[in-house]
Amino acid sequence: MKVKLEKLTKRFPTRGNKNEEVIAVNEFDFEIPDGKLIGLLGPSGCGKSTTLFMLSGLQKPTSGKIFFGDDDVTGLAPEKRGVGLVFQNYALYPHMTVKQNIMFPLQNMHLPKQEIIRRTEEVAQLVQIDELLDRKPSELSGGQQQRVAIARALVKQPRVLLLDEPLSNLDARLRLQTREEIRRIQRETKVTTIFVTHDQEEAMSISDLIVVMKKGVIQQIDEPQKVYDNPVNLFVSKFLGTPPINVFKGKIEDNTLYIGEDKIMKFKADDQEVFVGIRPEGFIVSPKGGLHCQLKNIEVMGRDSSIVSTHPSADSPIIRSIIDSDLKVQPDENGVVTFDVRKNKIFVFKAEGENERIYAEDGGKE
Amino acid sequence: MVDSKKGWKAWLYLAPAIVLLLIFTVWPIINTVRIAFLEGYQPMEAIKGVQYNIGIGNFSDVIAYPKFLDVLKNTLLLTVLTVPISCFLALIIAVFLNSIVKFSKLFQTIYFLPYVTNSIAIGMVFSMMFNIVGHSSVNVAEYTGSLTIYNQFVNDAGQTMGYTAQSWGYINSMLIALGLNPINWINAGSSYTANMAVMVIYIVWNALPFKILILLGGLQSVNKQYYDAAKIDGASRGRVFWRITVPLLSPMIAYVVITGFIGGFKEYSSIVGVFGDTMGPAGSAGKLNTMVGFIYDAMSGNRYGRASAAALILFAIIMAVTLVNLYVSKKRVHY
Ligand SMILES: Nc1ncnc2c1ncn2[C@@H]1O[C@H](COP(=O)(O)OP(=O)(O)O)[C@@H](O)[C@H]1O
Ligand SMILES: [Mg+2]
Repeated sequence: MKVKLEKLTKRFPTRGNKNEEVIAVNEFDFEIPDGKLIGLLGPSGCGKSTTLFMLSGLQKPTSGKIFFGDDDVTGLAPEKRGVGLVFQNYALYPHMTVKQNIMFPLQNMHLPKQEIIRRTEEVAQLVQIDELLDRKPSELSGGQQQRVAIARALVKQPRVLLLDEPLSNLDARLRLQTREEIRRIQRETKVTTIFVTHDQEEAMSISDLIVVMKKGVIQQIDEPQKVYDNPVNLFVSKFLGTPPINVFKGKIEDNTLYIGEDKIMKFKADDQEVFVGIRPEGFIVSPKGGLHCQLKNIEVMGRDSSIVSTHPSADSPIIRSIIDSDLKVQPDENGVVTFDVRKNKIFVFKAEGENERIYAEDGGKE
Repeated sequence: MVDSKKGWKAWLYLAPAIVLLLIFTVWPIINTVRIAFLEGYQPMEAIKGVQYNIGIGNFSDVIAYPKFLDVLKNTLLLTVLTVPISCFLALIIAVFLNSIVKFSKLFQTIYFLPYVTNSIAIGMVFSMMFNIVGHSSVNVAEYTGSLTIYNQFVNDAGQTMGYTAQSWGYINSMLIALGLNPINWINAGSSYTANMAVMVIYIVWNALPFKILILLGGLQSVNKQYYDAAKIDGASRGRVFWRITVPLLSPMIAYVVITGFIGGFKEYSSIVGVFGDTMGPAGSAGKLNTMVGFIYDAMSGNRYGRASAAALILFAIIMAVTLVNLYVSKKRVHY
């Protein structure tokens, strides 16, 4: 089922002040292709849950429309939309067994008993909880509860599956395992899925497309790798990637990009103050380079080394660059290392407003 | 554990409460058990040093007492009728109060009013509401007065008779306004069913606020997300109520039912409130007497042995019913 949002907006009145409003979701426009898994990614409070609740029908949009396929479902009650929703804390009915939890949506559909049992067993196998059917939710681990919640959402064969930070209550290892599981289940059922998370790694690893959000506004929609390689603004570049991108204050003068006094490269654009972002893997140790950093220490982690250094124009206390650990790093007598940068790993952003990306007018050719 | 050196301090602080409990709770309980097994115990004689046989004479005396079975029947009937009705109504009202947004505080106050009002005073108001003043039967053919005649019937002599009243209570006025016949609720000659109906209405109304308070508190602590989940799962309102609300509220419901039964078996002041301390309509004193009323009567008749035995019987009944309640709730309640 294809899902389309048209100028979807949600405003909340602020408590105590009727004239002031929080815009939780601001004119969302996007289309989710049938059978894909979409990651809604953004920091806490940026409107991810609100978007999901509007899709599920639990919250009414202030304006805008939602389409499932060609049906306008904007005014439809939750139970008529055919959505499955996994809540952030699962919201399993504590007084029902796992089996009863899963059967509940089917009983509400007044299906024949045989069908209910058949589908319950089927979905239990899919999420691998066949052995837990007679337990109560309180007798399950976090990961097991998670599966039950997914089973309950899937058992009615929803047109759209919505997951609200489904992994945030799990420990690190289980999180890795469960996200693969969600991916597998999604691939097997081919249900259009919207997955909300504030964890960029999680979103990058399992989504077909990610939607990066900030304060209720969509920043960028694209395949995860493309968003990483080609962020449209400083916020997106900072939000994606571990270790995070290194940001410097810089300027463009005479079609040349400077970081502080360091001349980095040719960059054909109007003279202005800028922010420069360099991915950790974008540094090359080279005496010919233009970027001079004060070396602090080197952390060798197997295949890669992480060079920790400082620079007076850096936006953060330290700069972290990752290089092959076979390479020798030789600082000069003052402890300065010199870096050259990879052109596809350095991004230039406006110093003002929304810090949009500045592209070189000649496309970066020298 | 309290440090043994400081132990005496703890006891010092506890002492006032312990002394009062010993004098006014523990000793009377022990004494009740003692007296119940002293046959024909009389306090005035006991002071003079009269010795009594130990036995179950007081119990057989209670059971053999002609009015005891009526009293037991009244008590059981009132309990069995009022507890389910009041619990169910309280649940409905609590759910309603929990769901409304506007005026919820106003409604909460209204439903809570009976709790802060004296039950004897409310009973007197009820007896006014259900009253008929100057009730008399007249021969319809011969009647020359200006009052309307109700409840006509043909007597043995073939005369058409009917009832007139000087003034109607509020409830009968409403019945008349609706085109129905007034009912002799609580006055002389009223039926047992009518008496019981008044008592059930009164007791249910009086019992509601406490139950609503408990259930509302329970509802407000239920995570709203279960209701969102139920909406997504397509549950109808009825199914949400029976499959989600009731089970999640079951610990509170169990509490309200158990304390309801205990309170029901101890019903007394409500009947005094409506019927006065004759415990019945004029001309049939004791018609609605209850177990607690029976114990009072025995005490005021100086029959301490009988009163104590009846108190122990009541205790045994309450105990048995509570154990059954606890047994059932163990199977049905989701803690
Ligand atoms: N019911 C509500 N009333 C008022 N403000 C709300 C409500 N729900 C969410 N908000 C606000 O809307 C914004 C987005 O919230 P939410 O969608 O929950 O964020 P996220 O899930 O991305 O963390 C936040 O600023 C939050 O305070
Ligand atoms: Mg959220």
